Amino acid sequence: MINNNNKLDSIPSQRTASNPQTKKIASALAFASCGLFASNGHATELVKNVDDWKVDAALMYYGEQDRVQAIEAIGKAQKNFGDDSVLDLKLVVDSLTGASASGAVAQSDSQTFTRPSGNGQYKVAAGDTPLDDTFHDTRVQGSANWSQKLNPDWKVSGGVYGSKEFDYMSMGINAGVERGFNKDNTTLFLGTAYSFDVVDPVGGRPVALSSMAIRDNFTSDEAYRTAFDATRQNGSDDKQTVDLMLGITQILNQRWLLQANYGLSSVSGYLTDPYKVLSVVDNNGTSQDIVYENRPDSRLKHSFYVMTKGALDSGVVDFSYRYNTDDWDLTSHTLETHYRYYFSGSFYGQLHLRYYQQSAVNFYQPFLLADTPLPEFASADYRIGDMSAYTIGVKFGHRLSGGHEMTYRLEYYQQDPKNNGTELPGQLQNYDLFPTQKAITAQFSYSF
Amino acid sequence: MRKITLIAVSLIVVGLTGCTNLGVQPWEKGQLARSDMALDSEKLDQALDDHIYFSKEGSSGGRAFAGGGCGCN
Repeated sequence: MINNNNKLDSIPSQRTASNPQTKKIASALAFASCGLFASNGHATELVKNVDDWKVDAALMYYGEQDRVQAIEAIGKAQKNFGDDSVLDLKLVVDSLTGASASGAVAQSDSQTFTRPSGNGQYKVAAGDTPLDDTFHDTRVQGSANWSQKLNPDWKVSGGVYGSKEFDYMSMGINAGVERGFNKDNTTLFLGTAYSFDVVDPVGGRPVALSSMAIRDNFTSDEAYRTAFDATRQNGSDDKQTVDLMLGITQILNQRWLLQANYGLSSVSGYLTDPYKVLSVVDNNGTSQDIVYENRPDSRLKHSFYVMTKGALDSGVVDFSYRYNTDDWDLTSHTLETHYRYYFSGSFYGQLHLRYYQQSAVNFYQPFLLADTPLPEFASADYRIGDMSAYTIGVKFGHRLSGGHEMTYRLEYYQQDPKNNGTELPGQLQNYDLFPTQKAITAQFSYSF
Repeated sequence: MRKITLIAVSLIVVGLTGCTNLGVQPWEKGQLARSDMALDSEKLDQALDDHIYFSKEGSSGGRAFAGGGCGCN
Protein backbone atom coordinates (compact mmCIF):
# COMPACT_ATOMS: atom_id res chain seq x y z
CA MET A 1 0.00 0.00 0.00
CA ILE A 2 1.06 3.59 -0.48
CA ASN A 3 2.29 5.18 2.70
CA ASN A 4 3.09 8.71 3.61
CA ASN A 5 6.74 8.28 4.42
CA ASN A 6 7.60 11.59 2.79
CA LYS A 7 5.44 13.51 5.20
CA LEU A 8 6.60 11.51 8.19
CA ASP A 9 10.27 11.85 7.39
CA SER A 10 9.97 15.60 7.28
CA ILE A 11 8.45 15.78 10.74
CA PRO A 12 11.33 15.14 13.19
CA SER A 13 13.46 18.08 12.05
CA GLN A 14 10.48 20.42 12.23
CA ARG A 15 9.41 19.14 15.59
CA THR A 16 12.80 19.84 17.17
CA ALA A 17 11.87 23.49 16.95
CA SER A 18 8.33 23.00 18.27
CA ASN A 19 7.32 24.37 21.64
CA PRO A 20 7.88 22.50 24.93
CA GLN A 21 4.10 22.31 25.53
CA THR A 22 3.66 20.08 22.51
CA LYS A 23 6.52 17.88 23.63
CA LYS A 24 4.95 17.53 27.02
CA ILE A 25 1.62 16.44 25.55
CA ALA A 26 3.35 14.03 23.19
CA SER A 27 5.37 12.56 26.05
CA ALA A 28 2.29 12.20 28.20
CA LEU A 29 0.33 10.53 25.43
CA ALA A 30 3.16 8.22 24.53
CA PHE A 31 3.72 7.33 28.14
CA ALA A 32 0.01 6.62 28.66
CA SER A 33 -0.08 4.46 25.54
CA CYS A 34 2.97 2.53 26.65
CA GLY A 35 1.39 1.83 29.98
CA LEU A 36 -1.64 0.45 28.23
CA PHE A 37 -0.03 -1.66 25.59
CA ALA A 38 3.51 -2.46 26.57
CA SER A 39 4.10 -3.86 29.98
CA ASN A 40 7.64 -4.84 29.03
CA GLY A 41 10.97 -3.11 28.52
CA HIS A 42 9.89 -1.32 25.36
CA ALA A 43 8.18 1.42 27.33
CA THR A 44 11.34 3.29 28.27
CA GLU A 45 12.66 3.08 24.76
CA LEU A 46 9.43 4.46 23.30
CA VAL A 47 9.41 7.48 25.56
CA LYS A 48 13.01 8.23 24.61
CA ASN A 49 12.05 8.39 20.96
CA VAL A 50 9.06 10.57 21.60
CA ASP A 51 10.26 13.24 19.18
CA ASP A 52 9.64 10.86 16.30
CA TRP A 53 6.01 10.27 17.10
CA LYS A 54 3.23 11.49 14.92
CA VAL A 55 0.05 12.03 16.89
CA ASP A 56 -3.50 12.46 15.62
CA ALA A 57 -6.28 13.28 18.05
CA ALA A 58 -9.96 13.89 17.45
CA LEU A 59 -13.04 14.71 19.44
CA MET A 60 -16.40 13.91 17.91
CA TYR A 61 -19.97 14.61 18.89
CA TYR A 62 -22.71 12.45 17.39
CA GLY A 63 -26.30 13.42 18.05
CA GLU A 64 -29.54 11.90 16.79
CA GLN A 65 -32.75 13.86 16.88
CA ASP A 66 -34.48 12.83 20.16
CA ARG A 67 -32.38 9.68 20.42
CA VAL A 68 -28.76 8.69 21.03
CA GLN A 69 -26.10 11.29 21.84
CA ALA A 70 -22.47 10.24 21.89
CA ILE A 71 -19.08 11.80 22.47
CA GLU A 72 -16.06 9.98 21.14
CA ALA A 73 -12.41 10.87 21.74
CA ILE A 74 -9.76 9.15 19.72
CA GLY A 75 -5.98 9.38 19.87
CA LYS A 76 -3.53 7.73 17.55
CA ALA A 77 0.22 7.75 17.87
CA GLN A 78 2.45 6.49 15.10
CA LYS A 79 6.15 5.93 15.15
CA ASN A 80 8.13 5.32 12.01
CA PHE A 81 11.40 3.49 12.65
CA GLY A 82 13.20 4.61 9.51
CA ASP A 83 11.78 3.04 6.37
CA ASP A 84 11.38 -0.47 7.69
CA SER A 85 8.78 -0.56 10.39
CA VAL A 86 5.88 1.41 11.78
CA LEU A 87 4.17 1.16 15.15
CA ASP A 88 0.60 2.39 15.53
CA LEU A 89 -1.11 2.82 18.87
CA LYS A 90 -4.73 3.87 19.17
CA LEU A 91 -6.94 4.69 22.11
CA VAL A 92 -10.67 5.43 21.83
CA VAL A 93 -13.05 6.45 24.58
CA ASP A 94 -16.70 7.02 23.92
CA SER A 95 -19.69 7.77 26.01
CA LEU A 96 -23.25 7.22 24.92
CA THR A 97 -26.60 8.20 26.36
CA GLY A 98 -30.14 8.49 25.11
CA ALA A 99 -32.92 6.50 23.62
CA SER A 100 -32.95 3.78 21.01
CA ALA A 101 -35.88 2.27 19.11
CA SER A 102 -36.87 -0.92 20.94
CA GLY A 103 -38.52 -2.55 17.93
CA ALA A 104 -42.08 -2.34 19.31
CA VAL A 105 -44.75 -0.53 17.23
CA ALA A 106 -46.66 2.69 18.03
CA GLN A 107 -50.18 2.24 19.40
CA SER A 108 -53.34 4.33 19.87
CA ASP A 109 -53.04 3.81 23.65
CA SER A 110 -50.02 4.43 25.82
CA GLN A 111 -47.81 1.37 26.37
CA THR A 112 -45.81 0.14 29.35
CA PHE A 113 -42.50 -1.71 28.97
CA THR A 114 -40.17 -3.32 31.46
CA ARG A 115 -36.62 -2.00 31.52
CA PRO A 116 -33.95 -4.51 30.38
CA SER A 117 -32.69 -4.86 33.96
CA GLY A 118 -36.18 -5.88 35.14
CA ASN A 119 -35.99 -3.07 37.70
CA GLY A 120 -38.66 -0.57 36.81
CA GLN A 121 -40.70 0.20 33.76
CA TYR A 122 -41.24 3.03 31.30
CA LYS A 123 -44.32 4.38 29.53
CA VAL A 124 -44.58 5.36 25.89
CA ALA A 125 -47.30 7.85 24.94
CA ALA A 126 -50.05 7.00 22.45
CA GLY A 127 -48.86 7.39 18.87
CA ASP A 128 -45.16 7.49 19.78
CA THR A 129 -42.51 5.09 18.49
CA PRO A 130 -41.40 3.07 21.54
CA LEU A 131 -37.89 4.09 22.54
CA ASP A 132 -35.91 2.55 25.35
CA ASP A 133 -34.23 5.49 27.05
CA THR A 134 -32.08 3.49 29.46
CA PHE A 135 -28.85 3.46 27.47
CA HIS A 136 -25.83 4.90 29.20
CA ASP A 137 -22.55 3.36 28.31
CA THR A 138 -18.87 4.18 28.21
CA ARG A 139 -16.54 2.26 25.99
CA VAL A 140 -12.76 2.15 26.03
CA GLN A 141 -10.88 0.66 23.13
CA GLY A 142 -7.18 0.23 22.56
CA SER A 143 -5.19 -1.25 19.74
CA ALA A 144 -1.57 -1.68 18.73
CA ASN A 145 -0.34 -2.52 15.25
CA TRP A 146 3.11 -3.18 13.93
CA SER A 147 4.12 -3.32 10.30
CA GLN A 148 7.52 -4.35 9.05
CA LYS A 149 9.03 -4.13 5.62
CA LEU A 150 11.06 -7.29 5.10
CA ASN A 151 12.59 -6.35 1.74
CA PRO A 152 11.57 -4.11 -1.18
CA ASP A 153 8.76 -6.49 -2.12
CA TRP A 154 7.38 -7.93 1.09
CA LYS A 155 5.74 -6.30 4.09
CA VAL A 156 4.11 -8.00 7.08
CA SER A 157 1.89 -6.57 9.78
CA GLY A 158 0.24 -7.71 12.99
CA GLY A 159 -1.87 -6.22 15.72
CA VAL A 160 -3.88 -6.68 18.87
CA TYR A 161 -7.10 -5.05 19.88
CA GLY A 162 -9.30 -4.85 22.95
CA SER A 163 -12.42 -2.97 23.97
CA LYS A 164 -14.64 -2.91 27.00
CA GLU A 165 -18.01 -1.40 27.75
CA PHE A 166 -20.39 -2.15 30.57
CA ASP A 167 -22.15 -5.11 28.95
CA TYR A 168 -19.67 -6.04 26.23
CA MET A 169 -16.03 -7.00 25.88
CA SER A 170 -14.04 -7.67 22.74
CA MET A 171 -10.50 -8.90 22.10
CA GLY A 172 -8.91 -9.43 18.74
CA ILE A 173 -5.74 -10.13 16.81
CA ASN A 174 -4.92 -9.54 13.18
CA ALA A 175 -2.13 -10.27 10.74
CA GLY A 176 -1.43 -9.36 7.16
CA VAL A 177 1.08 -9.75 4.40
CA GLU A 178 1.69 -7.44 1.45
CA ARG A 179 3.65 -8.10 -1.71
CA GLY A 180 4.58 -5.54 -4.35
CA PHE A 181 4.80 -6.46 -8.03
CA ASN A 182 5.40 -4.71 -11.30
CA LYS A 183 7.87 -2.07 -10.00
CA ASP A 184 5.62 -1.62 -6.99
CA ASN A 185 2.76 -0.47 -9.19
CA THR A 186 0.71 -3.43 -8.00
CA THR A 187 0.35 -4.43 -4.35
CA LEU A 188 -1.43 -7.54 -3.19
CA PHE A 189 -2.64 -7.78 0.38
CA LEU A 190 -3.83 -10.80 2.31
CA GLY A 191 -5.05 -10.29 5.84
CA THR A 192 -6.86 -12.16 8.55
CA ALA A 193 -8.39 -11.16 11.86
CA TYR A 194 -9.96 -13.01 14.74
CA SER A 195 -12.02 -11.52 17.51
CA PHE A 196 -13.63 -12.95 20.59
CA ASP A 197 -16.46 -10.98 22.17
CA VAL A 198 -18.31 -11.53 25.42
CA VAL A 199 -21.88 -10.28 25.68
CA ASP A 200 -23.19 -9.80 29.20
CA PRO A 201 -26.44 -7.84 28.90
CA VAL A 202 -27.95 -5.83 31.73
CA GLY A 203 -30.57 -8.06 33.36
CA GLY A 204 -29.27 -11.17 31.58
CA ARG A 205 -29.90 -12.56 28.10
CA PRO A 206 -33.60 -12.83 27.30
CA VAL A 207 -35.01 -16.26 26.45
CA ALA A 208 -35.63 -16.21 22.68
CA LEU A 209 -39.08 -14.87 21.80
CA SER A 210 -40.25 -15.03 25.43
CA SER A 211 -43.00 -12.58 26.48
CA MET A 212 -41.97 -9.46 28.36
CA ALA A 213 -43.18 -9.65 31.97
CA ILE A 214 -44.76 -6.33 33.00
CA ARG A 215 -45.14 -5.43 36.68
CA ASP A 216 -48.64 -3.96 36.22
CA ASN A 217 -49.94 -7.40 35.21
CA PHE A 218 -48.89 -9.02 38.52
CA THR A 219 -50.35 -8.68 41.99
CA SER A 220 -47.04 -8.82 43.87
CA ASP A 221 -43.38 -7.92 43.32
CA GLU A 222 -42.50 -11.54 43.98
CA ALA A 223 -44.82 -12.91 41.31
CA TYR A 224 -43.49 -10.33 38.85
CA ARG A 225 -39.86 -11.16 39.66
CA THR A 226 -40.47 -14.90 39.18
CA ALA A 227 -42.09 -14.21 35.79
CA PHE A 228 -39.26 -11.84 34.77
CA ASP A 229 -36.57 -14.35 35.79
CA ALA A 230 -38.29 -16.99 33.66
CA THR A 231 -37.56 -14.79 30.62
CA ARG A 232 -33.81 -14.74 31.36
CA GLN A 233 -30.89 -17.08 30.78
CA ASN A 234 -28.04 -17.12 33.26
CA GLY A 235 -24.53 -16.01 32.48
CA SER A 236 -22.87 -14.30 29.57
CA ASP A 237 -22.48 -15.56 26.04
CA ASP A 238 -19.84 -15.08 23.41
CA LYS A 239 -19.38 -14.29 19.77
CA GLN A 240 -16.45 -15.14 17.54
CA THR A 241 -15.51 -13.46 14.29
CA VAL A 242 -13.04 -14.65 11.69
CA ASP A 243 -12.23 -12.21 8.89
CA LEU A 244 -10.28 -12.77 5.72
CA MET A 245 -9.40 -10.02 3.31
CA LEU A 246 -7.79 -10.09 -0.09
CA GLY A 247 -6.90 -6.75 -1.62
CA ILE A 248 -5.13 -5.26 -4.56
CA THR A 249 -3.88 -1.72 -5.04
CA GLN A 250 -2.95 -0.73 -8.56
CA ILE A 251 -1.31 2.45 -9.75
CA LEU A 252 -3.08 3.39 -12.97
CA ASN A 253 -1.03 6.38 -14.06
CA GLN A 254 0.89 9.29 -12.56
CA ARG A 255 -2.19 10.60 -10.77
CA TRP A 256 -4.66 7.78 -10.24
CA LEU A 257 -4.71 4.59 -8.26
CA LEU A 258 -7.29 1.87 -7.79
CA GLN A 259 -7.98 -0.33 -4.80
CA ALA A 260 -10.15 -3.45 -4.81
CA ASN A 261 -10.88 -5.67 -1.82
CA TYR A 262 -12.78 -8.85 -1.20
CA GLY A 263 -13.68 -9.54 2.42
CA LEU A 264 -15.11 -12.68 3.97
CA SER A 265 -16.39 -12.55 7.53
CA SER A 266 -17.73 -15.47 9.50
CA VAL A 267 -19.47 -14.63 12.76
CA SER A 268 -20.77 -17.22 15.18
CA GLY A 269 -22.24 -17.21 18.66
CA TYR A 270 -24.67 -14.80 20.30
CA LEU A 271 -25.78 -12.44 17.51
CA THR A 272 -29.13 -11.42 18.99
CA ASP A 273 -29.59 -7.87 20.28
CA PRO A 274 -30.66 -8.53 23.88
CA TYR A 275 -32.43 -5.16 24.14
CA LYS A 276 -34.66 -5.46 21.07
CA VAL A 277 -38.26 -6.66 21.07
CA LEU A 278 -41.19 -7.20 18.71
CA SER A 279 -44.87 -6.34 19.17
CA VAL A 280 -47.34 -9.18 18.67
CA VAL A 281 -50.51 -7.61 17.23
CA ASP A 282 -54.05 -8.85 16.46
CA ASN A 283 -56.02 -8.27 13.22
CA ASN A 284 -56.82 -4.71 14.35
CA GLY A 285 -53.14 -3.95 14.81
CA THR A 286 -53.55 -3.81 18.58
CA SER A 287 -50.62 -5.05 20.62
CA GLN A 288 -51.30 -8.27 22.54
CA ASP A 289 -47.81 -9.07 23.69
CA ILE A 290 -44.17 -7.98 23.51
CA VAL A 291 -41.56 -10.66 22.81
CA TYR A 292 -37.74 -10.54 22.86
CA GLU A 293 -36.12 -10.94 19.46
CA ASN A 294 -34.00 -13.90 18.32
CA ARG A 295 -31.38 -14.06 15.56
CA PRO A 296 -29.53 -17.05 14.09
CA ASP A 297 -26.24 -17.93 15.78
CA SER A 298 -24.08 -17.67 12.69
CA ARG A 299 -23.63 -15.29 9.79
CA LEU A 300 -21.36 -15.46 6.76
CA LYS A 301 -20.73 -12.13 5.07
CA HIS A 302 -19.03 -11.13 1.82
CA SER A 303 -17.94 -7.67 0.83
CA PHE A 304 -16.61 -6.34 -2.46
CA TYR A 305 -15.07 -2.90 -2.40
CA VAL A 306 -13.55 -0.85 -5.17
CA MET A 307 -12.11 2.63 -4.79
CA THR A 308 -10.25 4.98 -7.06
CA LYS A 309 -8.35 8.02 -5.89
CA GLY A 310 -6.84 10.81 -7.93
CA ALA A 311 -4.28 13.54 -7.24
CA LEU A 312 -5.55 16.78 -8.79
CA ASP A 313 -3.50 19.95 -9.19
CA SER A 314 -5.49 21.70 -6.49
CA GLY A 315 -6.96 18.81 -4.56
CA VAL A 316 -7.72 15.12 -4.19
CA VAL A 317 -10.79 13.12 -5.12
CA ASP A 318 -11.93 9.56 -4.47
CA PHE A 319 -14.92 7.47 -5.47
CA SER A 320 -15.84 4.11 -4.02
CA TYR A 321 -18.48 1.44 -4.37
CA ARG A 322 -19.12 -1.39 -1.95
CA TYR A 323 -21.37 -4.41 -2.32
CA ASN A 324 -22.23 -6.55 0.69
CA THR A 325 -24.15 -9.78 0.83
CA ASP A 326 -24.62 -12.43 3.51
CA ASP A 327 -26.47 -15.61 4.37
CA TRP A 328 -29.12 -13.65 6.28
CA ASP A 329 -30.06 -12.37 2.79
CA LEU A 330 -29.09 -8.81 3.57
CA THR A 331 -27.52 -7.12 0.57
CA SER A 332 -26.29 -3.55 0.45
CA HIS A 333 -24.84 -1.03 -1.97
CA THR A 334 -22.71 1.90 -0.84
CA LEU A 335 -21.50 4.77 -3.00
CA GLU A 336 -19.13 7.29 -1.51
CA THR A 337 -16.98 10.19 -2.60
CA HIS A 338 -14.64 12.75 -1.05
CA TYR A 339 -13.48 15.83 -2.90
CA ARG A 340 -10.83 18.09 -1.43
CA TYR A 341 -9.92 21.51 -2.79
CA TYR A 342 -6.90 23.54 -1.63
CA PHE A 343 -7.88 27.19 -1.38
CA SER A 344 -4.24 27.89 -0.56
CA GLY A 345 -1.20 25.88 0.43
CA SER A 346 -2.35 25.84 4.01
CA PHE A 347 -6.15 25.76 3.83
CA TYR A 348 -8.52 23.28 2.23
CA GLY A 349 -12.20 22.44 2.11
CA GLN A 350 -13.59 18.97 1.56
CA LEU A 351 -16.96 17.60 0.55
CA HIS A 352 -18.14 14.12 1.55
CA LEU A 353 -21.16 12.39 0.02
CA ARG A 354 -22.36 8.89 0.79
CA TYR A 355 -25.38 6.90 -0.25
CA TYR A 356 -26.30 3.57 1.30
CA GLN A 357 -29.10 1.16 0.52
CA GLN A 358 -29.83 -2.22 2.11
CA SER A 359 -32.46 -4.94 1.82
CA ALA A 360 -33.87 -6.61 4.92
CA VAL A 361 -32.58 -9.85 6.43
CA ASN A 362 -34.90 -12.81 5.88
CA PHE A 363 -36.17 -12.88 9.48
CA TYR A 364 -36.90 -9.14 9.72
CA GLN A 365 -40.53 -8.42 10.60
CA PRO A 366 -41.81 -5.03 11.79
CA PHE A 367 -44.19 -6.93 14.13
CA LEU A 368 -45.59 -10.43 14.63
CA LEU A 369 -49.21 -11.51 14.15
CA ALA A 370 -51.02 -13.05 17.14
CA ASP A 371 -52.84 -15.68 15.07
CA THR A 372 -49.75 -17.14 13.44
CA PRO A 373 -47.23 -19.45 15.15
CA LEU A 374 -44.01 -17.82 16.42
CA PRO A 375 -41.16 -18.13 13.91
CA GLU A 376 -37.78 -19.51 15.00
CA PHE A 377 -36.02 -16.19 14.30
CA ALA A 378 -37.46 -12.70 14.28
CA SER A 379 -36.25 -9.14 14.70
CA ALA A 380 -37.96 -5.78 14.24
CA ASP A 381 -34.66 -3.90 14.46
CA TYR A 382 -34.90 -1.33 11.63
CA ARG A 383 -31.10 -1.48 11.23
CA ILE A 384 -31.45 -4.88 9.55
CA GLY A 385 -34.62 -3.97 7.66
CA ASP A 386 -35.08 -2.31 4.26
CA MET A 387 -33.42 1.04 4.46
CA SER A 388 -31.61 3.73 2.57
CA ALA A 389 -29.38 6.38 4.09
CA TYR A 390 -27.28 9.29 2.98
CA THR A 391 -24.53 11.47 4.39
CA ILE A 392 -23.51 14.98 3.42
CA GLY A 393 -20.42 16.34 5.07
CA VAL A 394 -17.99 19.21 4.90
CA LYS A 395 -14.56 19.46 6.36
CA PHE A 396 -12.05 22.29 6.58
CA GLY A 397 -8.39 21.85 7.29
CA HIS A 398 -5.59 24.24 8.23
CA ARG A 399 -2.02 23.19 7.76
CA LEU A 400 -0.07 24.95 10.46
CA SER A 401 3.62 25.50 10.92
CA GLY A 402 5.77 22.63 12.15
CA GLY A 403 3.71 20.06 10.23
CA HIS A 404 0.70 20.47 12.49
CA GLU A 405 -2.79 20.22 11.05
CA MET A 406 -6.17 21.22 12.45
CA THR A 407 -9.46 20.12 10.92
CA TYR A 408 -13.17 20.67 11.56
CA ARG A 409 -15.84 18.41 10.19
CA LEU A 410 -19.61 18.64 10.15
CA GLU A 411 -21.82 15.90 8.75
CA TYR A 412 -25.50 15.22 8.37
CA TYR A 413 -26.65 11.59 8.28
CA GLN A 414 -30.21 10.57 7.50
CA GLN A 415 -31.68 7.07 7.57
CA ASP A 416 -34.93 6.27 5.79
CA PRO A 417 -36.19 2.84 6.87
CA LYS A 418 -38.85 1.32 4.60
CA ASN A 419 -41.57 -1.25 4.87
CA ASN A 420 -40.30 -4.58 3.53
CA GLY A 421 -43.74 -5.29 2.00
CA THR A 422 -45.58 -6.20 5.21
CA GLU A 423 -49.31 -5.42 5.17
CA LEU A 424 -50.24 -3.17 8.08
CA PRO A 425 -53.40 -4.26 9.93
CA GLY A 426 -55.93 -1.84 11.49
CA GLN A 427 -54.55 0.95 13.64
CA LEU A 428 -50.95 0.40 12.51
CA GLN A 429 -51.86 2.21 9.28
CA ASN A 430 -52.28 5.39 11.33
CA TYR A 431 -48.66 5.52 12.46
CA ASP A 432 -45.29 5.94 10.86
CA LEU A 433 -43.75 2.57 11.69
CA PHE A 434 -40.64 3.39 9.68
CA PRO A 435 -39.66 6.83 10.90
CA THR A 436 -36.81 8.75 9.35
CA GLN A 437 -33.86 9.23 11.63
CA LYS A 438 -31.57 12.24 11.46
CA ALA A 439 -28.16 12.69 13.02
CA ILE A 440 -25.46 15.34 13.12
CA THR A 441 -21.75 14.71 13.57
CA ALA A 442 -19.33 17.44 14.58
CA GLN A 443 -15.64 16.71 14.83
CA PHE A 444 -12.47 18.55 15.69
CA SER A 445 -9.09 16.98 14.95
CA TYR A 446 -5.51 17.97 15.56
CA SER A 447 -2.35 16.32 14.23
CA PHE A 448 1.20 17.03 15.27
CA MET B 1 -21.56 -19.23 -2.54
CA ARG B 2 -19.05 -21.18 -4.67
CA LYS B 3 -20.16 -19.15 -7.63
CA ILE B 4 -19.31 -15.91 -5.86
CA THR B 5 -15.85 -17.23 -4.92
CA LEU B 6 -15.26 -18.37 -8.48
CA ILE B 7 -16.25 -14.97 -9.87
CA ALA B 8 -14.03 -13.21 -7.33
CA VAL B 9 -11.01 -15.39 -8.14
CA SER B 10 -11.56 -14.96 -11.91
CA LEU B 11 -11.79 -11.19 -11.52
CA ILE B 12 -8.55 -11.11 -9.54
CA VAL B 13 -6.70 -13.27 -12.08
CA VAL B 14 -7.97 -11.20 -15.01
CA GLY B 15 -7.22 -8.02 -13.08
CA LEU B 16 -3.66 -9.09 -12.28
CA THR B 17 -2.95 -10.03 -15.88
CA GLY B 18 -4.17 -6.63 -16.97
CA CYS B 19 -2.20 -4.90 -14.22
CA THR B 20 1.20 -5.82 -15.66
CA ASN B 21 0.55 -3.28 -18.43
CA LEU B 22 -0.45 -0.54 -16.00
CA GLY B 23 1.62 1.70 -13.81
CA VAL B 24 4.41 4.21 -13.97
CA GLN B 25 8.17 4.38 -13.52
CA PRO B 26 9.42 4.96 -9.94
CA TRP B 27 10.48 8.53 -10.81
CA GLU B 28 6.95 9.32 -12.02
CA LYS B 29 5.35 8.73 -8.62
CA GLY B 30 5.69 12.28 -7.30
CA GLN B 31 1.96 13.06 -7.24
CA LEU B 32 1.07 9.62 -5.86
CA ALA B 33 3.56 10.06 -3.01
CA ARG B 34 1.71 13.13 -1.70
CA SER B 35 0.57 12.57 1.87
CA ASP B 36 -3.06 13.30 0.90
CA MET B 37 -2.89 10.44 -1.63
CA ALA B 38 -2.14 7.81 1.04
CA LEU B 39 -4.96 5.29 1.37
CA ASP B 40 -5.04 5.98 5.10
CA SER B 41 -4.58 9.75 4.90
CA GLU B 42 -7.78 10.29 6.90
CA LYS B 43 -7.57 7.31 9.19
CA LEU B 44 -9.28 8.92 12.19
CA ASP B 45 -12.22 10.12 10.13
CA GLN B 46 -12.51 6.65 8.61
CA ALA B 47 -12.41 4.99 12.04
CA LEU B 48 -15.10 7.31 13.41
CA ASP B 49 -17.30 6.91 10.32
CA ASP B 50 -16.90 3.12 10.37
CA HIS B 51 -18.00 3.05 14.00
CA ILE B 52 -21.16 5.06 13.27
CA TYR B 53 -22.14 3.04 10.21
CA PHE B 54 -21.28 -0.27 11.92
CA SER B 55 -23.64 0.70 14.76
CA LYS B 56 -26.46 1.95 12.57
CA GLU B 57 -26.51 -0.24 9.48
CA GLY B 58 -26.81 -3.95 8.74
CA SER B 59 -23.54 -4.37 6.84
CA SER B 60 -19.99 -3.21 7.40
CA GLY B 61 -16.40 -3.61 6.26
CA GLY B 62 -15.15 -3.40 2.71
CA ARG B 63 -12.28 -0.97 2.99
CA ALA B 64 -10.97 -2.79 6.04
CA PHE B 65 -12.07 -5.68 8.25
CA ALA B 66 -15.80 -5.77 8.98
CA GLY B 67 -15.08 -4.77 12.56
CA GLY B 68 -16.94 -5.35 15.74
CA GLY B 69 -16.16 -4.82 19.32
CA CYS B 70 -19.17 -2.93 20.42
CA GLY B 71 -22.63 -3.70 21.67
CA CYS B 72 -23.73 -0.73 19.61
CA ASN B 73 -27.17 0.18 20.76
